[in-house]
Amino acid sequence: MTTTAIQTTQVYRLYIKASPDEIWDAITKPEFTERYFYGARIENTPGGHRSLGPDDDVWGEAEVTEFDPPRKLVHGWRSLYDPELAAEEESRVTWEIEPQDGGLCLLTVVHDQLEGAPKTAASVSGGWMLVLSGLKTLLETGQPLVG
Amino acid sequence: MTDDDLVFKALADPTRRRLLDRLFERDGRTLGELEEGLEMTRFGVMKHLRVLEEAGLVVSRKAGREKHHFLNPVPIRLLHDRWIDKYTEQRVSALSELKTQLEGRG
Repeated sequence: MTTTAIQTTQVYRLYIKASPDEIWDAITKPEFTERYFYGARIENTPGGHRSLGPDDDVWGEAEVTEFDPPRKLVHGWRSLYDPELAAEEESRVTWEIEPQDGGLCLLTVVHDQLEGAPKTAASVSGGWMLVLSGLKTLLETGQPLVG
Repeated sequence: MTDDDLVFKALADPTRRRLLDRLFERDGRTLGELEEGLEMTRFGVMKHLRVLEEAGLVVSRKAGREKHHFLNPVPIRLLHDRWIDKYTEQRVSALSELKTQLEGRG
């Protein structure tokens, strides 16, 4: 088994058959995120990024540094749901939505500035994949991937 | 060609799989860094990278004057969900059915 190197920049990209506005709503509004993001109710506004767990525990809280609907969203990331990860430095998440032909959009998620958060980097890499394939399924079928 | 076709085609070549492995070891490499240790011309590496990019397996991003290449694991995940899960799950459930049947017979 190959050892997984810790990547300080992680890039995830996928096509989603949905409009830029639909994707934007799905990544900024809690009623959508709770259906594909581990049940987290995430709200992204120009005022900030806030993620709440099912019991209203604060799972994440950070600044939103770029809010350009429905194209680009940049916010800080701290994994407050786990004390060990929460102790690490803040990293950054960038969402880019690019419309394509045929009613498709290309969604790119870059999780970077992970130099000061190696445990977070290791922990989120599988998670992003599940979250993004869940987001795709939700937008394309109206049904959540899990449950 | 569908997206799946592009991914399978991209993965069908050993050099391209090797490039993916190199990015898995250390992501964000430049073309020059990817070339190192490969017995191939720059043009050859670029050609393979283009196939990987078209399949969505590699995403390149510019940082200043440099272009960095990143492994995008999502297409492999989707391929796994679509092709691997389906067959392995059936196999597992067939085995557990057999177990139930055999145990129920006693």
